[in-house]
Amino acid sequence: MSLVAHGVTAGYRGLTVLRDASFGVAAGETVGLRGPSGCGKSTLVRVLALLHAPDAGHVSLGGVVVSGVRHRVSAALRTRVGVLFQSPRAASDPRLRLADLIAEPLHATGHARAHTRARVAELADRVGLTADLLTRRPHEVSDGQLQRACLARALVHRPAYLLCDEATTMLDASTQAHVAAVIAQEQRRHGTGVLVVSHDAVLLDRWADRVETW
Amino acid sequence: MTALRIEGLGVRFRLHGAAVQALSDINLQVRRGELLAVVGESGCGKSVLAHALLGLLPRNAQVTGHAYLGEDLDLLHCGEQRLAREVRGRRLGLIPQSPATALNPVRTGRRLLAETLRAHGRDPGLAAEVAADAGLDDADLDRYPFQLSGGMAQRLTTALALATDPPLLIADEPTTGLDRPLVDHTLDLLRRRCDAGGTVLLITHDLAAAQRVADTVAVMYASRIAEHRPARDVFGAPAHPYTAALLDALPNWAFTPIPGHPPMLTALPPGCAFAPRCPRRTDACGVQPGGPVACHHPLVAAA
Repeated sequence: MSLVAHGVTAGYRGLTVLRDASFGVAAGETVGLRGPSGCGKSTLVRVLALLHAPDAGHVSLGGVVVSGVRHRVSAALRTRVGVLFQSPRAASDPRLRLADLIAEPLHATGHARAHTRARVAELADRVGLTADLLTRRPHEVSDGQLQRACLARALVHRPAYLLCDEATTMLDASTQAHVAAVIAQEQRRHGTGVLVVSHDAVLLDRWADRVETW
Repeated sequence: MTALRIEGLGVRFRLHGAAVQALSDINLQVRRGELLAVVGESGCGKSVLAHALLGLLPRNAQVTGHAYLGEDLDLLHCGEQRLAREVRGRRLGLIPQSPATALNPVRTGRRLLAETLRAHGRDPGLAAEVAADAGLDDADLDRYPFQLSGGMAQRLTTALALATDPPLLIADEPTTGLDRPLVDHTLDLLRRRCDAGGTVLLITHDLAAAQRVADTVAVMYASRIAEHRPARDVFGAPAHPYTAALLDALPNWAFTPIPGHPPMLTALPPGCAFAPRCPRRTDACGVQPGGPVACHHPLVAAA
């Protein structure tokens, strides 16, 4: 099982950012990706997360091509890949309490309320959010607390692959180590394939099984 | 010579029905030519310290204590007029934390820089040179802030703060959003200012950054200074258990998070705020310890 970009070219309105790029993450492994600003790391994450249609090339999930020219991706496929972005504030609906933020992907795919509540409680406990924090909205919590909620949300569907795009850059050392520990635990339990994009060579050497430099 | 002397600084924000104790009894001294790094987890009060010194706190803040700039001027009691006319930008500069909210969106970088240089009696033609020092290309100066990437905007705010050449510079997370070569470039720029006789107060959550350039390090935890010692001592032989735990969380150390959570600043426990998470706590920790290492059971004896 693996999530692979095959010869992907992608960009935004005439600006090509990725050119014929190939990159893969296998189940159970942690791959680090390092490179200077603007080299297309974030675009690769968006393509692999099935959030951005490539102009050429394709993405395959477990050997099955899931993105093509028409790029129609079912909800069931999307839930196989979780993403954790650099800025939790930009990635969170400011109107939702943290509990609803975490539960949103479950609501969106029609899960029963009872299941949702139990799953949110379980994940909140794992990422280290107290019941009090779950009742607050994004502007009432710190970046570190909000990123913990975003991690819980990314794991809520138990994705086969988790993509972290500079997800710990703005966090303090202790929160960074905790986020990495939660992801490693998820990987041990469920064989999650993890992609860690970062500028930080020291972090990648410690966290990833192998590191690619662009 | 002392560039900045902070004595018993406390800041408290009144909210409906609660009070946030953002800073408690801060005592710090920074010599001319020194680079002091203030490090700690997010929400420990680091940025409030910067804003208190510059008189930029909101109305609901209650400030106590003193902060002497140079020999004479008490920043906390000299009044808004003196701060505006003599201090901000002139004697005390700030690289703000969030470039997105600090830059005027309807001015290009070149115009922002020229405006600042002119207001301080310097040649507006120096804009390109000041920008180059901060690692910004001349071509990027003709863009508006929304056309800049986060890293470019960060370098522009750095250039703006340096344009006035203030003797004391507060850099509040100046490397957020920069990739490693630019982080190092910015840090080296701050280091060179100190080597040339300037003074820098670097506020950061990035311990590697502090280790690279700081002369002294103040570790903050839950509104207080846990440990203030020379940088090589803090990183070589941390004395406060919190410092040791924070270093252990680094990927090149143990990469192990600190158990538990920092306390809410609305409900700080009496005594040492780190005690609930501390492996060395005893009954003595119910009383707040003082000194350069604020701990009853330090890992090494403080010099």
